This record gives sequence, C-alpha cells and structure tokens, in this order.
Amino acid sequence: MLKVRIIPTLLWKTLNLVKGQAFDSWRQVGSVMPSIKVYNARDVDELVLLDVSATDEKREPDYLTISELCDECFVPLTYGGGVTNIEVIRKLLLSGADKVAINTFAYSEPEFIREASARYGSQCIVASIDVKRNDAGNHECFSHCGKKSTGLDPISWSKRLEELGVGEILLTSIERDGSMLGYDTELTKDISTAVSIPVIASGGAGNYEHMLDVIQNGGASAVAAASIFHFTEQTPAEARDYLAENGIPVRKT
Amino acid sequence: MIENFFGILKEMNVLIVDYGMGNIGSVRRVIEERGATPIITQYPEDIKKANKIILPGVGAFPDGMFSLNKTGWVDVLRKAILEDGKSIFGICLGMQLLATVSYEGHKTSGLDLIGGVVEPLKANAPDVRIPHVGWNEIEFHRNDPLIEGVAQGTDCYFVHSYHFIPKEDEYIVATTPYCGQFVSIVRKESVYGAQFHPEKSSKAGLRIIENYLKI
Repeated sequence: MLKVRIIPTLLWKTLNLVKGQAFDSWRQVGSVMPSIKVYNARDVDELVLLDVSATDEKREPDYLTISELCDECFVPLTYGGGVTNIEVIRKLLLSGADKVAINTFAYSEPEFIREASARYGSQCIVASIDVKRNDAGNHECFSHCGKKSTGLDPISWSKRLEELGVGEILLTSIERDGSMLGYDTELTKDISTAVSIPVIASGGAGNYEHMLDVIQNGGASAVAAASIFHFTEQTPAEARDYLAENGIPVRKT
Repeated sequence: MIENFFGILKEMNVLIVDYGMGNIGSVRRVIEERGATPIITQYPEDIKKANKIILPGVGAFPDGMFSLNKTGWVDVLRKAILEDGKSIFGICLGMQLLATVSYEGHKTSGLDLIGGVVEPLKANAPDVRIPHVGWNEIEFHRNDPLIEGVAQGTDCYFVHSYHFIPKEDEYIVATTPYCGQFVSIVRKESVYGAQFHPEKSSKAGLRIIENYLKI
C-alpha cells in the first residue's frame, strides 16, 4: 500500500534556514546544510527545499549550493524557487534535485508547465500553490511568495495545473503558515477532491493530531511541516508512529 | 570476493549514461559512496571503459528514446549487452526504456533488451492517485542476487505514471501493490531494471545498488 509521507520543509534565504509566519516575519533557524544532514540521518520520507528569495531577486537557483546540499541528501528532494524555464529544470536535476516545484512562473506562463511536464514527465513537476482568503472571504491563489494577488480560485487553478500535466500539488495556506494552529483541512479537501493527482498539505502543523486530521478529513497524500520540527520537540519519526497507531499507512523503517 | 569487496569496488568503473534525462547526481553519489568509480558520459565510445552500465532517467519515454537515438547510444548499448556480455541496470524511466515498446504519448520503440510493453498506470479505485508518488512495498516473486539481504515487503521510493509489463513472467523479480499490482523489478540475464529509485530508497536501495555492483 502507498504510504502517507511526512515531509519536513526547509525554507532557504541567503544561505540561512528561516521560518516565518504567514510568509512574513522571517526568523533565522539555522543553516541549511546541518538540517539536511540531520533529516538524512533520521531517514525522513522526503524533503522540500524552497529558496524563498530567488523569485524576488529575479535570479536563478544557486546550483552550486544545491549540488553541495544534495551531496548530503540520500532521501528524495524537491526544490522550488526561481524556476523559470526548461534549462533551469535541467540544471536542477543535474544538481541532484529529484523533483522541481513551480509557483509564480506557472501563473504568467502556463504553457511552460505543459512543456516541462512533457519533457521531464509529470512525476518530476510539482505545482506549488499559496492560498489565502481575499477581502471577500474567498480562497484565492497568491504568487511571488504570497505577495501578489492572482484573482484565481485554487480549485479551478488546481484543475488547470492537473490538465497542464503537473504530477503533484504542494498546497500551502498562507494564513496558517507558521501559526501551528492546524492545516486548512477544508481547503485541502476542496483541492484533493477536485484533482486526481497527489496533494501535499502545507501550512499550520503544530502537532501530530493536525497531520492526522488533514490526512483523514482533507484527503492529503502527504503532509509538509516546518515550525513543528524547528520549534518543538516533535519529530518526523514520532509523527510516523502516531499516524501508524491511528491506522494511517506509513513507511516502516 | 566479500573479504576484499571494497578493494574490488574501488577499481570498478560504472558507466552512467547521460542522455540529458535525469537526476544523474543522485546515482553518481551512491556509486561513489559504495566505493566504485562512476563515469558519467554522453559519449557512446566510453562504453569500453566499464562492464557495468547504469541507465538512469526521469522524464518521458519518447524524449528518452529520442535522446538515446540522437546521441548514438541505442546500437552501442544493444551490442554491449547482447554481444559483449556487459550488464545494464535501468532505473525508473531507465527500466522502461529496456522494453520493446511504450505507449507513453504515442507508440515508441524502446531498447528491446527485455521483451515487454510500457503502459499507463490505471486507477482501480476512486482514491487511487496517479502519478504513483512515495513509498510502497516491493514483493519478491523469486530470489535474485539483486535483492540479496533486502527484506520481503520493504518500502521503496516510487515516482512514476507508467509501468513495464514484461512479455514473460520469468522476467519478474518483484511487484508492488498499486493499481492492482505492477512490476517493480525485472531481470533477464544481465539486464536489470527497477521502477523505484534505489538511489533514494534508503538502506534497502543502497543495498540493491551494492548488489548490482557485486554481481
């Protein structure tokens, strides 16, 4: 049986590991390399590494550093940040990334998603969607690390991304990000019902019960989390045990 | 062989075919970590430098075969395996490329080193999602040196939408329970394939690569 994945998220800003709240108020929480080494030693299911300043700074990913990080990483790694063309994807895969997450550029160039999926296969392309409620109280997709409104509702955008060929959706609730108040289960359920590709729930994990809730009630295929692992004693291995006790299929290690 | 295993691997060259389609970095690191010397190359003439070949790959089948054809690898690989007795290990897309034909996108001929076809995974229940992404069991159908020391039912890391259907059941080493079940390890003589990523499958995956280097 396919296992539900627990995925630590590493947010990376100018060589430092950071964590914010609602995509803001970034705190430094260490360096990226030691974290990757620890997660690798602990044999986590998968890692997500997001360069949160690449798009803002209008630059390409830092391939050299990514390659050095990947040298220490024997678990599957998804990289996101500054992915703007096919050549960038090729260089990321050569640097050792297994999957590539695309967010901002998908909105301006949807055909790029189709091209990338056709070239590297759907399974390699992860669409990252950042969502918050707009002034009218409806869920809306935001680009540029949560800064720019797109006017798109996440359900129809997810369906469009699936049609364009992405293999997974990394769905982040901006409001829940860093809050540790629990995932936006309702949003996750809306998206996991709308598409037939896997949905990774992200934003809001504060304890293992939150993970169980978004898996059981939100239809998430995987749970991504950062603050819970940076700021509390809770660990991916304990999360796995808790989920297993509650009947969720997780990896045996 | 076991006594001076690391010594033997140190002098062992492993050719990694770089046809522009993959996360070659991860495979290279595992080979190095196991003590052998990876030779990553785009040039078919390098085939003479090694007896063990790894065909990695992430991507679409038609693009993969197009690249292998364009760069002259197809005939070189077939000759190396079928006439010169070298061995090859295809990983993920690399395993699918070993097949006779694929129906990904449109009908495309493969390397035809193991008879079989590549077809899309088909969901057999409403909650079955495709691509198949994540950790799932490999269930052995028979013994093989490739899986020595790996426990029945070990979870390995998959990320794919298509699967290899071998022409003969005897080529099946392992299957995985998803969309019913599909073949996750194949072998025909010196040709091996794994649908999962052994280079990303923790200790079991490293053991499988080590086993391949020892065979």
